[in-house]
Amino acid sequence: MSLAYYPGCTLKTKARNLEEPAVASMEVLGLKLDEVPRWNCCGAVYSLAEDDLIHQVAPVRNLIRVKKQGKTELVTLCAFCFNTLKRANLLMREDVEKRDTLNDFIDEGIDYSGEVKVVHLLEVLKDEIGWEALSQKVKLPLRELKAAPYYGCTLLRPREIAIDSVEAPTILGEFLKALGASPVDFPESTRCCGSYQVVSSPDDISEYARPILNSALSHGAEALVLTCPLCDYNLGRGQKELMKKHSEFKGMPLFYFTQLLALALGLGPQVCHFGLNYGSPESLLREKDLLS
Amino acid sequence: MSAKKKGKNPAKTAVKEEKKIAAKLIPIYIMGKRYEVPEGLTIMKAMEYAGYVLIRGCGCRGGTCGACGTVYRKPGDYKLQVALACQKTVEPDMYMAQIPFFPANRAQYEFTELTSAPEEVFKLYPELFRCVACNACTKACPQGIEVMDAIAALKQGNIAEAARLSFDCIQCGLCTSRCFGELAQYHMFQLARRIYGAKILPRAEHLAEMVGTINEGRYDQILDELKHVKEDELKKLYQEREAEPMTAGEDWKPKDTRYL
Repeated sequence: MSLAYYPGCTLKTKARNLEEPAVASMEVLGLKLDEVPRWNCCGAVYSLAEDDLIHQVAPVRNLIRVKKQGKTELVTLCAFCFNTLKRANLLMREDVEKRDTLNDFIDEGIDYSGEVKVVHLLEVLKDEIGWEALSQKVKLPLRELKAAPYYGCTLLRPREIAIDSVEAPTILGEFLKALGASPVDFPESTRCCGSYQVVSSPDDISEYARPILNSALSHGAEALVLTCPLCDYNLGRGQKELMKKHSEFKGMPLFYFTQLLALALGLGPQVCHFGLNYGSPESLLREKDLLS
Repeated sequence: MSAKKKGKNPAKTAVKEEKKIAAKLIPIYIMGKRYEVPEGLTIMKAMEYAGYVLIRGCGCRGGTCGACGTVYRKPGDYKLQVALACQKTVEPDMYMAQIPFFPANRAQYEFTELTSAPEEVFKLYPELFRCVACNACTKACPQGIEVMDAIAALKQGNIAEAARLSFDCIQCGLCTSRCFGELAQYHMFQLARRIYGAKILPRAEHLAEMVGTINEGRYDQILDELKHVKEDELKKLYQEREAEPMTAGEDWKPKDTRYL
């Protein structure tokens, strides 16, 4: 069975370590990720201005192409793309006037009213495969790995598009448990990483990262598990700066959840592109006997 | 030509009659002013017929140089149409203007220092990310290029795909004139094709081998002999050379295989 899949631009360049292990893993799990033909940028960030319809064109055009592909569900992987696409989809479902304006302007030959269901890969793993079935496919259980699930914002906020409880999400923790790892809950797991604020105030990057990393460390985590390339960038660079400023600060490796998935399914480190990760995650994995 | 005698050649008479029919005049509007021009002319010829002397906005007159981008509308249709003035024939009641040049900054770079990394394009043309996927560029392309898709490919770091999609680009600039995000698409595509050609496309091994063979001097002697052959002898050699037959297959070889 194949699923319509939206990768996103960053996953094709900086975050190949998020995409490639996912594609390989899903193949093993029997659900082929089938890229949407002629997809373009998701819009990068959902526009909050009520009358700024031009910035809804990019996400909606992608959704129309999913409909043209003959699919009813769209799987996303980057948390930011998920957020942008799902919110634009909601707009097309609920706001008739804006829907008509957008359909007229987009001019793709078919009308769209939010028929496609936008989901995140974590939801596919949970609902279409199931934790029990996933754990049975695990060849290399991630025993001993104390990994803290970090959600950030875009999978959970706003409430209307959340993939889990906004206040106390568990989906990433359950995922890690299915892979045999020991998830570490920490109170800052849904705190914002700084998002695009770091573009206009790059000096604040470490101040956004500090409470998140400190909290995870003090709860005994050895690594953070992420779903978003922007979180990865902010927490990775933030760590580097914290280490420069405070010699006693101890950083931690950052993993994409898909890298741990591929590793646990026995696909080996090649497909994970650990070289693109912040720091040196491989030394931790070697320590835990998870690299053959 | 001795075609100056009148009324003797029936073919000539036919041509004359045809010319008469072709002389039917149709109204067009060049920059809002009405002209009557013979139907069947290209936009470019119609403009010249109307009295314009084109010193810019015309180049090859063969649809490949991209100098004569033209926009027009027909009454009752809100859609903006595009064409190359040297290719499109006039239609009655066209309202048109040429856009022979549209300002678009071309990034300065030392090509030999560039790599094939996607970031090279991002750094030189950061406005790439201002694209909102409105697709006005694609609609404005007289070459039928999927301009927006090629821009999407660049954002995805797929320089090879951008080069492939934009292969027919003649740099007329009409996409750029319509861009909501103020991108200079055609310059970006040129950079993509340059990087693709020089740094992504695999080198042809047989070419390098052949150049090596030439440099080693394998053909020096025969070339030197040819240089000193008299003109008549050279003509004879040329006329009597063994030519590859039209129907030759892949495995065809000349009788003289000394230089293969």
